[in-house]
Amino acid sequence: MSISVNEASDIQREISERSAPDYLDQLEAEAIYIMREVAGQFERPALLFSGGKDSITLVHLARKAFAPGKIPFPLVHVDTGHNFIEAIEYRDTLAEQINAKLIVRYVEDTIKAKGLKEQTGKNASRNWLQTFTLLDTIEEFEFDACIGGARRDEEKARAKERIFSFRDEFGQWDPKRQRPELWNLFNGRIQKGENVRVFPISNWTELDVWAYLKREGIELPSIYFAHERELILRDGKLLNNTPVIEPDPEDQIVTRQVRFRTVGDMTCTAAVESAAATLDEVIAEITISRISERGETRIDDQQTEAAMEDRKKGGYF
Amino acid sequence: MDLLRFITAGSVDDGKSTLIGRLLYDTKNILADQMEAIERASKTRNAGEIDLALLTDGLRSEREQGITIDVAYKYFQTPNRKFISIDAPGHIQYTRNMVTGASNADLAIILVDARHGVVEQTRRHSLIASMLGIPHVIVAVNKMDLVGNSEDAFLEIAQSYKTLAEKLAIKDLTIIPVSALNGDNIVDRSESMSWYTGETLLSVLENVNVLKDQNQEDGRFAVQYVIRPQTDELHDYRGYAGRVQSGTFKKGDAIKVLPSERESKIAKIEFGGNEIPEASVLESVTILLEDDIDISRGDTIVSVNNSPIVSQDIEALICWMDDKKTLKPGNKYVLQHGTARSRCSIRGIEYQIDINSYEKLDEVEALKLNDVARIVLRTAQPIAYDPYQKNRANGAAILIDETSNVTVGACMIE
Repeated sequence: MSISVNEASDIQREISERSAPDYLDQLEAEAIYIMREVAGQFERPALLFSGGKDSITLVHLARKAFAPGKIPFPLVHVDTGHNFIEAIEYRDTLAEQINAKLIVRYVEDTIKAKGLKEQTGKNASRNWLQTFTLLDTIEEFEFDACIGGARRDEEKARAKERIFSFRDEFGQWDPKRQRPELWNLFNGRIQKGENVRVFPISNWTELDVWAYLKREGIELPSIYFAHERELILRDGKLLNNTPVIEPDPEDQIVTRQVRFRTVGDMTCTAAVESAAATLDEVIAEITISRISERGETRIDDQQTEAAMEDRKKGGYF
Repeated sequence: MDLLRFITAGSVDDGKSTLIGRLLYDTKNILADQMEAIERASKTRNAGEIDLALLTDGLRSEREQGITIDVAYKYFQTPNRKFISIDAPGHIQYTRNMVTGASNADLAIILVDARHGVVEQTRRHSLIASMLGIPHVIVAVNKMDLVGNSEDAFLEIAQSYKTLAEKLAIKDLTIIPVSALNGDNIVDRSESMSWYTGETLLSVLENVNVLKDQNQEDGRFAVQYVIRPQTDELHDYRGYAGRVQSGTFKKGDAIKVLPSERESKIAKIEFGGNEIPEASVLESVTILLEDDIDISRGDTIVSVNNSPIVSQDIEALICWMDDKKTLKPGNKYVLQHGTARSRCSIRGIEYQIDINSYEKLDEVEALKLNDVARIVLRTAQPIAYDPYQKNRANGAAILIDETSNVTVGACMIE
């Protein structure tokens, strides 16, 4: 090293005066680094964008990562046809605002083209069929990397997944044969037909996402905030009252003041009763909440202890 | 509030998952529905005692076998700090997973069973922690309740661990008597071990200074991507996107680009499209230079009078991670260092290290899964590196199998 003793002690002084970096800055820097690795390592990446808060966070991070340039990959949405209209409107407006390329593919089309059989009965959902459309879309555009907003704190199987998660030519995740992921050295080398799912906010918690949305002043779809809504009360959970949910004799139709804590398909996303109308109020509620995000709002994870692990092995995002 | 990443090492029976469960539970980071799920699962598995270990074992085969196979991440916070706990398996057959988990850790908790003291796996975990350059090590002597909370038993183990630690480069060591099952000295002080006057586990986790561990001296910036908007108003814009690996960069700083050795000055540093005065370690920024020189992904920008080593001949400690093929002299791989990739060829295995006894084994012909050795390799292009123990970010590299594309080796350049 070519610094003198005096300079060294200056550096020491500077370090002790410098305050510890804020965790949100650390998480943000890591996510931006990961986004740039994707742009640097892959030919045809895509960002999976649903209009939910996690993928909204991803878009914001991508804009910061490549400013003043445009985001160097398209936004891709697999539309089940069962999405909240507010999320779809938000999706279209944002893509237009930031001048990003938006690709939408419909589960409905895959069902028709391939003669797929939909689930029927109570709690029927297109969640699983989404995988078919996603894999077709990856093939159609030859995407070699898909950036997604999954977080490790969401669910136990996700807690095990790599940031660069390798998928074989069938889109499958093999939890026992994951590539070792060391330091910040992400290995995105693949053969043609294979692809990598990349999760830049793996290390963020639900609360981190909310705190970041607030700090950055990012707008969200209105369903994240308290509003009056007509709902189906089923097994203690409040579902949006919509024709896409198959009715059950036990259902009660109620009107409540609610907000959505996660925004997935209407068939498998429950609302929470809440009066929180601003980001601050939502954050306050989540901070004191004693129930986890997916536990409170997701019907799809509660079927078996390994529900998510099984879906991911099959190519789910 | 800042962030601390720590790894817990220990084997199945040391109560590692219970320790993490206990930390989450006592810091009120377990939510009601997660607790209910654990209670449900505990009932089907044992006599009904709540098994906090069930919190961390995420894969079906792990729950079935009652062991941790892969690295699991848990997130929790206290009013003072946010934590990422990296739970890695302790079995020797999963050494590569522990190396993986340790690569990003600021601190390691090594569990020792108070009934058994320092054993082979303690030596192994300590070697890995030291080899991976983890600056802080906490030895948690667990199951103190099973040795009658005896001070003598603790002191004896502490002494034998210190003897072991002297052989390793452990910078900051704390040894704590705990009972993860009962919660003694984890978050709350133990009433049954009033003779212990040191810190609790959580108190060390909350107060350890990780900012000081970062290399703040050597300016290193690996270029990830070149931002060129090519629009009318940003016609000549060329920004080098990357993360500061170590040191600090300021506007006006004289820099050098490696391996080309071209020099320039920093014209501007930007973050999210806005100018910022300086960028320090771990920040993801965009650097603009005064001169138009040829720079692409894989190049490193460094302070002009503080250069790393630029060479094609590299000596490194390696942990071999491929379960199918062995590493042999003459084999060729892709070396990934920072954002640079280069083909390389293994010139020789100097010696293997027995990770239990620390003995050096000569005349080793091939490395198998989980073997640790010192190797010599030659890269096709020069690599700009610092020794790992001086600069973790710029001394680490991975080996990738050229045909399967799997990551097969973790290298710490010496």
